[in-house]
Amino acid sequence: MNKRIIYELKGIYRDTFRVTGYEFGTGEKSVCIVGSSRGNEVQQIYCCSQLVKKMKQLEEEGRITQGHKILVIPSINPYSMNIQKRFWSTDNTDINRMFPGYNLGETTQRIADGVFREISEYRFGIQFTSFYMPGDFVPHVRLMDEGFSDPETARQFGLPYVIIRRVRPYDTTTLNYNWQVWDTQAFSLYTSTTSRLDRTSAGQAVLAVMNFLSGQGMLKYSIPDGLHSRIVHDEDMVMIKTAKSGIFEPMVKAGEEVRAGQPLANILDPYEGDILETLYAPFGMVVFFVHNEPLTYANTAVVKLIEKY
Amino acid sequence: MIKTIAAVGLPVDEVLEIRRNRILPEQPAENRKRISIVTGIHGDELEGQYVCFELQRRIEQGKECLAGIVDIYPAMNPLGIDSITRGIPAFDLDMNRMFPGDIDGSMIEYVVARIMEDVAGSDCVLDIHASNIYLTEIPQIRINELHQDTLVPMAEAANVDLIWVHGASTVLESTFAYSLNRIGTPVLVVEMGVGMRITRRYGDQLVDGIFHLMKKMGIWTGEVKPARKPVISRNPEDVCYLNAGMGGVFIPDVLHGAKLRKGEIIGRIVDPLCGKVLDEVRTPEDGMLFTIRDYPVVVEGSLMGRLLKKEVCGYE
Repeated sequence: MNKRIIYELKGIYRDTFRVTGYEFGTGEKSVCIVGSSRGNEVQQIYCCSQLVKKMKQLEEEGRITQGHKILVIPSINPYSMNIQKRFWSTDNTDINRMFPGYNLGETTQRIADGVFREISEYRFGIQFTSFYMPGDFVPHVRLMDEGFSDPETARQFGLPYVIIRRVRPYDTTTLNYNWQVWDTQAFSLYTSTTSRLDRTSAGQAVLAVMNFLSGQGMLKYSIPDGLHSRIVHDEDMVMIKTAKSGIFEPMVKAGEEVRAGQPLANILDPYEGDILETLYAPFGMVVFFVHNEPLTYANTAVVKLIEKY
Repeated sequence: MIKTIAAVGLPVDEVLEIRRNRILPEQPAENRKRISIVTGIHGDELEGQYVCFELQRRIEQGKECLAGIVDIYPAMNPLGIDSITRGIPAFDLDMNRMFPGDIDGSMIEYVVARIMEDVAGSDCVLDIHASNIYLTEIPQIRINELHQDTLVPMAEAANVDLIWVHGASTVLESTFAYSLNRIGTPVLVVEMGVGMRITRRYGDQLVDGIFHLMKKMGIWTGEVKPARKPVISRNPEDVCYLNAGMGGVFIPDVLHGAKLRKGEIIGRIVDPLCGKVLDEVRTPEDGMLFTIRDYPVVVEGSLMGRLLKKEVCGYE
């Protein structure tokens, strides 16, 4: 293992901002894995820490195939993590909206540029990321529909679902999008949570990366047979939206199978406790996403259902 | 005539409302021209608040001269304005990356779609911004190069100091201005002053410009002041960016708008802990400092100013 500074920036009153990477194996730049880019992505840094631990062990056991270099960067934004702020500490910009970056630009553009120079030549890029809406997910791998990434390759993660999402204008400055512009096959890996730890889904994420590396012949690792992800386009999911704002009382969890007509959540009057609205499953499906904040707004997709795996 | 154009119930005993004030001429007539003044998409940018007030105050003083419709939208992001938040509180989303919205979408997408519906069809829209809390800007209009043929002639009537025609960028396709310009409703994006403050001088200048523009459009028949001739920049090479080479506290040595010679000191980056000057920020070319840093703390890369080259400004 080679631990090294990928990028650094001097602070005025804070310690130097450092982006640290862990390299395993030697040879062609095969896979780069990036963890948290926002200050609240604690689950994402945790997944990477578990991955670094596992990769250390596998390297010591000589199980990384010759000729492959694998880089893990647990966080590209430790400054924001240390002050528990989602975006950049001073100007609130999002590093994951600054790629490919600009070395003469503003601070987060420089960070994005410094990081991207190091990671843009890898064959595969994997990013642990989070959704802008608070909620719990079924772990899955996500890729963009117009990109260089291949859904069949995404199946090698062995997660139940591969989600293909439509590219929107604001996606064009994300790491995932820009990786693909520079011919890296990029995948976003979503585990269950963001700002709190979920050990089980973090374990699933580590295993998913092991499956992928093994499938690519970069790792000697025994993977279970019969892994076959279902490929779903995001517009094929069923959104269950609130009509009312209020207290959100979920009755299901992400990953749970539900029957048609099953109650999914109640929206309660915050003063009197009355049920303002009950949300029901229109079909027998699997709960893919559940909002996890105690309050909700009207017109919000608080539950997303997906075809059974 | 105040109308709520979008309303959504919030979780605890409050309704989020976006409101518009429509000012109509005394004599009703069909096919009146319509100008819309929009501000507050970023909740920490308040320069447009004064413009909305002052414009209405002056219209009221000469109401008989009003020959068209003036729509005032002072608070597109009321929760942001109330909580001194640039984006939409609770979501941490930039409202100006949500357009054109979706009437069947989430709460914010719905609100944005309602705003689009209401503003669409205006003969001219001014979307007034105030830079951000870090930088002060001279009154200027920014125009996407895709729409310059329609917008530059309108902007020239608006009494601003600079018209900055910038390159097209995919990420800007989700802005209010792009989304409306794309469907044929002309939007001029005004940037002036600084976040969280009102610069009355700039507000008065823009209100003069709005009256001049309204006169040109046939919305106002009264006397107006002549509009100043703006500098028009179409070439990215016209502008020099001054980014901090290191972190520290920026102490400016010149005033905003100063016309400077190459090599002059704009300011210093200092280290208050050691009492040392870390860097002297000098002008790379002759030019006018049209942007200057207002918030003193800088880190490497922070923008401290923008300089418009002398040959573009055309001053002696």
